[in-house]
Amino acid sequence: MFKFAVWIIFAIVIVLLPQFFTSLLSVSILNQMAIAIVFALSYNMLLGQGGMLSFGHAVYFGLGGFMAVHALLGIEDGDYFFSVTLIPLVGGLFGLLAALFIGSFSTHKAGTVFAMISLGVGELIAASSLILVSFFGGEAGVSGDRTYGPTFFGYDFAQDIQVYYLAAAWMFIATLAMYLFTQTPAGRMANAVRDNPERAEFIGYSARRVRLISFVMSGFFAGIAGGLFAVNYEILTEQNLNAVTSGNVLLMAYIGGLGFFIGPIIGAVVLTLMNSVLSHYTTLWMLYLGIMFVLTVMFLPNGLTGFLMMHRTPWHLGKIRLLIKPYIVTSIPGAVFALSLVAMVEMAHSSEAEFVFLGASFNSSGIVSWGVLIAIALGSFIALRRSLPALREAWAQANAIDSGEQK
Amino acid sequence: MFEVLIFATLNGLVTGLLLFMLASGLTLIFSMMGVLNFAHASFYMLGAYFAYSISLYTGFWPALILAPVLVGVLGALVERYGLRRVHKSGHVAELIFTFGLAFLIEEAVQFFWGRATKDYRSPDILDFPLFTLFGQNFPAYKAFMIFISIAIFIALYFVLTRTRIGIIIQAAITHPHTVGNLGHNVPLIFMAVFGVGTGLAGLAGVIAGPVLTTFPGMAMVLGSIVFVIVVIGGLGSLAGALVASLLIGLLQSYAIASDLGMPDLLNWLGVSFERDHPLNDIWRLTLPQIAPILPYLLLVLVLIFRPSGLFGKRES
Repeated sequence: MFKFAVWIIFAIVIVLLPQFFTSLLSVSILNQMAIAIVFALSYNMLLGQGGMLSFGHAVYFGLGGFMAVHALLGIEDGDYFFSVTLIPLVGGLFGLLAALFIGSFSTHKAGTVFAMISLGVGELIAASSLILVSFFGGEAGVSGDRTYGPTFFGYDFAQDIQVYYLAAAWMFIATLAMYLFTQTPAGRMANAVRDNPERAEFIGYSARRVRLISFVMSGFFAGIAGGLFAVNYEILTEQNLNAVTSGNVLLMAYIGGLGFFIGPIIGAVVLTLMNSVLSHYTTLWMLYLGIMFVLTVMFLPNGLTGFLMMHRTPWHLGKIRLLIKPYIVTSIPGAVFALSLVAMVEMAHSSEAEFVFLGASFNSSGIVSWGVLIAIALGSFIALRRSLPALREAWAQANAIDSGEQK
Repeated sequence: MFEVLIFATLNGLVTGLLLFMLASGLTLIFSMMGVLNFAHASFYMLGAYFAYSISLYTGFWPALILAPVLVGVLGALVERYGLRRVHKSGHVAELIFTFGLAFLIEEAVQFFWGRATKDYRSPDILDFPLFTLFGQNFPAYKAFMIFISIAIFIALYFVLTRTRIGIIIQAAITHPHTVGNLGHNVPLIFMAVFGVGTGLAGLAGVIAGPVLTTFPGMAMVLGSIVFVIVVIGGLGSLAGALVASLLIGLLQSYAIASDLGMPDLLNWLGVSFERDHPLNDIWRLTLPQIAPILPYLLLVLVLIFRPSGLFGKRES
């Protein structure tokens, strides 16, 4: 019952979102999010649920997308007569076929061998996409137009907001389908094979076939994401199936948290938001993204969702408020420290004499401004170090089960 | 035809030996820690950039020594404060950590040195043709590259098999606990091997920078190829890494130098297709065109038919 309510709320939220974010920019960000969510969830079917680390997941996204663009062109030429709403399905089916072919030899083993084959296949397809010009369009890519074909209840998808509803609907269906897949015997066996392939084989399952099923399903949903991308951007290039895109989806799934179904969704939303907001303010956003990724791997191995889930025990014990004060005490110097480092990086990078950061103006070559920033950084770092013991203490208290003693 | 063959062989040898300098460190690190270091080629790139900056002040020769040492120290620090921390979370986390590190180093290089290609040149003293054959020059710098690579290979082989340190390292690969119980500091050995491995990658960067151009994408260009080599050669096998490096180097070099392609094959078979055939792209492929994808093709084939690689032991 509770789970059912969660899905209803999810549906209501995605329907209502464009009512609050009406500008063109925010609608385009919402579209990107919907695509990223499907893509990241499909990736987590492999890594989180199946234990297969892939460095070439963009292949299925890209191939699905390219096929979808060709389908768009087919509609435009009048070769096919179906609605643009079905385009993501075309992408999905092509992604599925590609995954079936590649998975037939790459899923023999998990672990390093699988990771290396995925890397090799990824590079192979990305490189061939520049050679096979008639399908991939070479450097320029292939572009189409989504406004042809029969209209869907009066929607001709000329505007981004109409595309949002299409993408959101597909995203909802795909998310639900992927969630339901985790509940099927095939989804459960994928977890079993991830954790202990030998035992799974002993109870009579072929580890390879279980992996292949996950892999093919994952390719299908990646293809759907690619199809949505094709409808949204109306162009696909080599960049959509190369290693950068593959790395991006790994980043999203990992930062969100691999161990939870909702993790990649959070990762996709946070990273899409960061990409569009940060890139608006600074040219160095990729650098910050890299730092954030490395820090996440080092300090939050279970991702953002894992961090949130850590608070389940204090919550159930009713002690979550013990943590509020130490969190505030730690996060203020932490934020100041991070901001002062960012200010120094930006100042070193800035070429103008006067450098403005958060309303404060600095002389970017002056010793005084450097001195002030370094002093702030050092001071906040010391304050941060000092606040940590109290935080640790509070964390231990919040997680401790009181054994009947009086407060 | 003959001169093309000779120069293709020499160039393939240069590339192959250069690749081996990277692959040897990578495979050594893998056999010790079970981590495929995605950032290995990033250390190679750092080597080139460090050497460029140092050579602005001191010239090439001090940079040849200093830059690899700096890179090695940086690598050791990464192992000590990054990788060792992530180790608890398992192999996937380690792999992803190095992946993130590669991403971060590329961004950092762009931050410090900018996006443009750096004018990092080989030293003037080596700027002459070593010999001229059939009217084509072979630069002395390439001979110097071959010389350095072979010297490193011999030194590495000697250290690993003939010295006490090498024996301890070899023992620590297979039986880390026993070596630890015998009183050796195994984490320190791991850190040192990581440092030396990344230092070797740095050295490769120093000598390759002037030839392969020093730009922020240079790690990406070579990174996955080095991975391919280590996997084809068999994970953890130094001899395999050498054979695979030379194989890939020569293969690419021959493919680029040749002017054969599908049209020749089709002619020979007596088949022809019309210009608007749907697979026209395939019927017009030439070997130089597909040279960049040959290593990956080889990788996929090797992994399908012999997952442990050419010289690898049975996979556990």
